[in-house]
Amino acid sequence: MFYKQSLSRKLFNVTNVIVLTLITLLGILPFIHLLSVSLSSNVAASAGEVSLWPVGFTLDAYHFLSKKAEFIRSFVISLERVVLGTAINMLLVFLTAYPLSKTNEQFRFRTVYVWFFALTMFFGGGLIPSYIVVKETGLMNSIWALVLPGALNVWNAVMMLNFFRGIPREMEEAATIDGASHLSVLWRIYLPISLPSIATIGLFTVVGHWNSWFDGILYMNSPEKYPLQTYLSTLVTAINVKSITIENMSALQNLSERTLRTAQIFLGALPIMVVYPFLQKYFVKGITVGSVKE
Amino acid sequence: MKIIMARKRSIRLELPLHLMLIPGILVTLVYAYGPMFGIVMAFQKYQPFLGFLKSKWIGLANFEYVFNLPDFNQVLYNTFLISILKIFFALVVPLILALLLNEVAKDWFKRLIQTSIFLPFFLSWAVLGGVMIEIFSLNGPINAMLSGFGLERIMFMGSNQWFVSILVGSDVWKGMGYNMIIFLAAIVGINAHLYEAAEVDGAGKWKQMIHITLPGMAPIIILMCTLSLGGILNAGFDQILILYNPIVYESGDVIDTFVYRLGLFDQQYSPAAAIGLFKSVISVVLVTLSYYLAYRLSNYRIF
Repeated sequence: MFYKQSLSRKLFNVTNVIVLTLITLLGILPFIHLLSVSLSSNVAASAGEVSLWPVGFTLDAYHFLSKKAEFIRSFVISLERVVLGTAINMLLVFLTAYPLSKTNEQFRFRTVYVWFFALTMFFGGGLIPSYIVVKETGLMNSIWALVLPGALNVWNAVMMLNFFRGIPREMEEAATIDGASHLSVLWRIYLPISLPSIATIGLFTVVGHWNSWFDGILYMNSPEKYPLQTYLSTLVTAINVKSITIENMSALQNLSERTLRTAQIFLGALPIMVVYPFLQKYFVKGITVGSVKE
Repeated sequence: MKIIMARKRSIRLELPLHLMLIPGILVTLVYAYGPMFGIVMAFQKYQPFLGFLKSKWIGLANFEYVFNLPDFNQVLYNTFLISILKIFFALVVPLILALLLNEVAKDWFKRLIQTSIFLPFFLSWAVLGGVMIEIFSLNGPINAMLSGFGLERIMFMGSNQWFVSILVGSDVWKGMGYNMIIFLAAIVGINAHLYEAAEVDGAGKWKQMIHITLPGMAPIIILMCTLSLGGILNAGFDQILILYNPIVYESGDVIDTFVYRLGLFDQQYSPAAAIGLFKSVISVVLVTLSYYLAYRLSNYRIF
């Protein structure tokens, strides 16, 4: 059917596209600027001459970083944390969600356990008592301090158990009659069916571990133990304080670390920027499943 | 006899379920219930070498002390102001974006925009804070633009006038993709027949938005409002911790950052825990209320 758009409609469409493009640029330009500064010469960068294209292009900053021990060490610690943390988080999500997804007849104490876990979603001890508990359990300065306190994410367990509940009972019953134990029902039936949900929860967990920085500040006494994001945060707060205490512009320009700093921040964001566009559909699914459910 | 057999059988079947829960229970007991028990320190003069059991009990003295701290009222005020502004803009901006994006016909353009708006959500405040400080620094691009227009350079990060706007703006920047996706999902869920009927009746796009799209999204908008009510005392701890500095404590210091400095820098564990408890108690009331409202108004349930 031939359908003619009115003039006002056309006008709206054009404005709409322009507005949305501007907003999109607003989101992307800061990162282009960051990359440009990191690829510029020290002089141009500290003079503030760089906007959206490198001035005096050089890879010096990245060369320097490839040999900078602190940066590489913290990168490795972050990787360790992501692998160890995600493995433990996922294991605990499975082990917790499976029993709680049973009916009250199948598992009589279910309600008690549900309340035990659910309470922690409403009430917490707060920063100071949590810090002291981690300290008293001897985790200070160890990677376990970044992994154990949050080892069970109750939200994720709830998401997982809601998914498990959608699995037809008959499949499980058939397996049980054949003599399968709970563990093998979980492993052979539940997990393979739930792969899309597992991917979603797993990705959020990976990103969460990669991005956490405050627990590193809190629980690691020495900078050699900092994961990457914690290391970056110290860099950022240091320059923040410096830039407001130095009133004099010319003194500020002599801070030649600008290219190095931007290079490190950019590298800290890079893994996610590279991976995220391909995995976006899982993230979107996780959000809409978690929030807009019946 | 039969009953006993059945019970034995069910215990044998249920035992593995109990065992599977043990790791989760242990972690939760130590790292979630442990700190809850540790809150007793708010009523003690806690000393690390004495521990929770032997430290001296001093009743409500810590609360009296912290409520009389000169900065405390300002901190409370900042917390509420920043939270409320964030909640408002974090709902309105994505709502408008979702409505605009819904009018875009080209699928690839839609996807492109969604992808780029959603990106900052996945980056940490350590990275985004670094980006903000770089952009708003005295010789950063924003100030270069200002001076290009012949205006004076502004020290954004060291200005109490600007700091709250920077917090709210950057928070919206980070979070808008997330809420936008929820709103878009709600729009997709609206019955398409309603639009066809409206078109037959001669309603234009604008009227369709007012009378179909917005009412159709009302449950989810109400839900998001009520759920954010529970977090009103969290003004955004890691964002502020990255972005603030002593000059902007006046406008940017919130309960969580205050507790952090008081407890871990000044080592005043017990007074800091007292503020933490004060916050937790109000929060638990608010969160419960928000879930209750969400359940009543939008039929939302966690389980």
